[in-house]
Parts: sequence; C-alpha cells; structure tokens
Amino acid sequence: MRANRRKFLKIAGLATLGWSVFPNLLRASEGGEGAGHVRWGLAIDTKKLNDEVMEKAIVACHKNHNVPHIPDKREIKWLWKTTFHKAFPGQMLDNMHISEYAEKETLVLCNHCDNPPCVRVCPTKATFKRADGITMMDFHRCIGCRYCMAACPFGARSFNFYDPKKFLKSEEITTQFPTRTKGVVEKCLLCYERLDEGKKPYCVEAAEGVIYFGNLNDPESEIRKVLAERYAIKRKPELGTFPSVYYLI
Amino acid sequence: MYDSGKIITGLIIFVVLFTFPFWYNIGSAAYKQPKLELPKDVKECVESKEFMRTEHMQLLNEWRDMVVREHIKDYKSKLTGKEVVMSLTKTCMKCHDNKAKFCDQCHNSLAVSPYCWDCHVAPKGEK
Ligand code: HEC
Ligand code: HEC
Ligand code: HEC
Repeated sequence: MRANRRKFLKIAGLATLGWSVFPNLLRASEGGEGAGHVRWGLAIDTKKLNDEVMEKAIVACHKNHNVPHIPDKREIKWLWKTTFHKAFPGQMLDNMHISEYAEKETLVLCNHCDNPPCVRVCPTKATFKRADGITMMDFHRCIGCRYCMAACPFGARSFNFYDPKKFLKSEEITTQFPTRTKGVVEKCLLCYERLDEGKKPYCVEAAEGVIYFGNLNDPESEIRKVLAERYAIKRKPELGTFPSVYYLI
Repeated sequence: MYDSGKIITGLIIFVVLFTFPFWYNIGSAAYKQPKLELPKDVKECVESKEFMRTEHMQLLNEWRDMVVREHIKDYKSKLTGKEVVMSLTKTCMKCHDNKAKFCDQCHNSLAVSPYCWDCHVAPKGEK
C-alpha cells in the first residue's frame, strides 16, 4: 500500500510539472493552427483609404450578403466606418502619426482573431474557428443568446432585432446568399464562400488595391510583403485576441 | 359477478372509442402523392428518386454541416458519380426552380413547413 501511494504522488508530481512546462498543449489541441496552415488576413492601407473607396467596399459587402440597412441603433453591420480614436483607443498617444488625425475615418470589421473570445463563450458552437483562420458562423445553430456580442471587444457583431427581410427591397435581394432571420447574431465571414471558389473577398475587390488580402502564414504572400515594408497596427492588441486585420499607417 | 352489465357496456364503449380512428378512415382514399412539376431538361436528381423521396431532409442537413462546419463543398453522387456543389439554392433550386409547384406541393399536403425559407431565398422571390 505504501509503495502505491509513493507511486501516485510521483506521477501526480510529474503530470503537474509537464503541464507547467507545456501549458500551450491545451491550446494547440483546440485550434489546429500551426506551420503550413493557411491563416487569412487583411491589411487596410489607411493612407490611400478615402470616403469613395470605403463606400464602395461597404456597398459591395452588404449588397452581396443581403445585409439590411436599418437606420437606427439596431442596425446590422458587417463592414463599417469609424474614426481612428474610436478604433484605436489607447494607441493614440503612443503613435504620434495617428494622433494627428484622430477624427479621420477608417474601415472596421470582424478581426477574425486568432484567439477569439466570441468562440469561447458560444454555448452552441454556432461560432467557431475554421482551420484557415476564419471566425465562422453557423446560422443554423445560433440561438440569439448574444454572449458573443458581449465578448467581442470590437463590436463586430449585430443582433437581428427585426426581420431583416423587411428592410431589404425584394428586387435587391440576391439569391446567392441566404438572408438571416429575427433573433440571430451576424457578422463578417471574410467571404468564405468566395475564398472556396478561389476569389478574394468583396471588399478587397471593390477597394482596388487599398486593402491587401492573403495568407499571413506564407512569407511570400503579398500581404506579408507589404507588412514587412510598412508600419502597421492592430486594434486593441493589449487584449491578446490577436486580430488578423492590420492597418497600414 | 356484480354489475357485469355496466362493466361490459363500459368496455364496449371504451373499445369503440379507442378504435375510432381506424374505422373512421375505412373507405377514405389512401394518401396520394400530389402532382409535381419535375425539371424538364434533366432526367436525374442528385440521387435516385426513391432515395430523394425519403431521405432529402437528411441529405440537406448533411450538406449544411459539410459546407458550413466541415469546409467541404462538393458532393459526389452515388447515382451518377458526378460532383455537385452542396447548396440548397444554388443546386436543388436550380433544377427545381418552382418551389410552389414542387417542394410545397408535398409539404403542404403533409403539413410540413421547413423553416429554411425564413433565410434561404427561393427562386423568383417566392416566400
Ligand atoms: C440536376 C437537376 C436536379 C438537382 C440539382 C436536384 N434535383 Fe431533385 N429531381 C430532379 C429530377 C429530374 C427528378 C425526377 C427524377 C425521376 O423522376 O427519376 C428529381 C426528383 C426529386 C425528388 C422526388 C420527387 C418525386 O417524384 O417523388 C425530390 C424529393 C427531389 N428531387 C428533391 C431534391 C433536393 C432536395 C435537391 C437538392 C439536394 C434536388 N432535388 C436536386 C432534378 C434535380
Ligand atoms: C415527394 C414529396 C416531397 C417533395 C417533392 C419534397 N419534399 Fe421535403 N419533405 C417531404 C416529407 C414527407 C417531409 C417530412 C419528413 C418528416 O417529417 O419526417 C419533408 C421534409 C423536408 C425538410 C425537413 C423539414 C423539417 O422541419 O425537418 C426539408 C428541409 C425539406 N423537406 C426540403 C425540401 C426541399 C428543399 C424540396 C424541394 C427541392 C422538397 N423538400 C421537396 C416530402 C417532400
Ligand atoms: C437563420 C437563417 C437560416 C435558416 C433558418 C436556415 N439557413 Fe441554411 N444557411 C444560412 C446562411 C446564412 C448560410 C450561409 C452559411 C453560414 O451559415 O454561414 C446557410 C447555408 C446553408 C447551406 C450550405 C450553403 C448553401 O448555399 O446552401 C445549406 C445546405 C443550408 N444552409 C441548408 C439549410 C436547410 C435545409 C435549412 C432548413 C432546414 C436551413 N438551411 C435554414 C441561413 C439559414
């Protein structure tokens, strides 16, 4: 009996040691990311971004995904405009160059974080991480609990307070993408349906060179090259969500 | 036996009421599948007719999970061996382009109402 207890304590000790040395093993089993994997990302060139480009990108995104235009606080947003000081709180003093244009507008969207808090809180796995880095939504599973909205530090998620079809003109509805229904949460899906066809996201296409898109894990990709050349920031890096959307400044 | 008359009458009334659904339906016509408008320019569905008739709801659920959750977009038909894109609107409804005269015919006669069309857009803007 005594030998057994000794053995147990030894094994327990070793297990604790192992855990403290490789705590990351826990995370690795969750994600499935790593070398060789694709991780899609965006880099928005804020120097070239202007009102016309932003409008074009937003219209392309919203039109092709049946995102309704609701003119009050219960609006639905996949891609939208906000000012620098709202997008980058806490970084304004640190980055002299951006503090000079606090009121300038830029584009914001779901950051497709590498460590997404929305995924962690979703009770039905309606939002989950795809192997290529997209923070995906399965609308069939969304029960509208809005935990994800509380968890997202970027306000990237919108709740359907109304039936969105009421705000879409029937001749404008595209049959190529489903609409949503009252009571589900929605957000940008990085045009996963276009990526599967080998195309780039609508906003990237509409912005004509102002938004770079590519695989962040591939050092030879266009996006990695531009990130190597120019100074770029991300939104709220202090939170450790590791966004996949960069802002070239 | 005490009160045998009352008990037996009670039993008879019970049996008659209990089997009411069976004899009420005697003589009424058996369920007939309503007339469906089939696609004109193609002969075959994704799978055999019998399979589609009985399994299309499971097939659609499988497609949905494959596309949305598993990141797989092509389905290989066991009938024709051809690959099709797994999509409700872009595949099923391309061929069956009149929902009212196809899907709804069966569903209405059976009082099934799939909630898919709350979100998915039927061809020609039908509800
Ligand atoms: C390539 C065109 C095509 C596509 C795509 C297609 N169908 Fe069909 N479908 C047909 C044809 C043609 C028939 C008639 C087959 C026959 O008579 O043998 C049929 C038959 C059926 C039937 C049986 C009707 C009956 O007579 O009982 C059902 C149910 C059905 N389809 C549902 C679906 C669903 C659901 C999808 C999508 C998963 C789908 N179909 C995709 C062409 C198509
Ligand atoms: C041959 C008749 C028939 C046709 C044609 C047909 N269905 Fe059905 N469908 C049924 C029946 C019967 C059920 C109900 C099965 C059950 O309740 O178990 C059903 C159920 C469903 C369900 C599941 C509903 C639920 O609430 O779970 C979906 C989704 C569906 N059908 C989609 C379609 C689509 C899309 C089409 C047209 C392309 C179609 N069906 C055409 C007979 C048909
Ligand atoms: C709450 C809205 C909603 C409802 C209800 C809904 N869907 Fe979907 N569905 C979507 C959206 C949005 C997508 C696009 C992928 C995603 O989930 O991000 C989709 C994708 C799909 C796909 C794969 C892609 C494609 O083009 O078809 C299938 C298959 C599908 N749904 C089947 C169904 C069926 C069958 C039903 C009914 C039983 C249903 N859906 C009900 C919103 C909905």
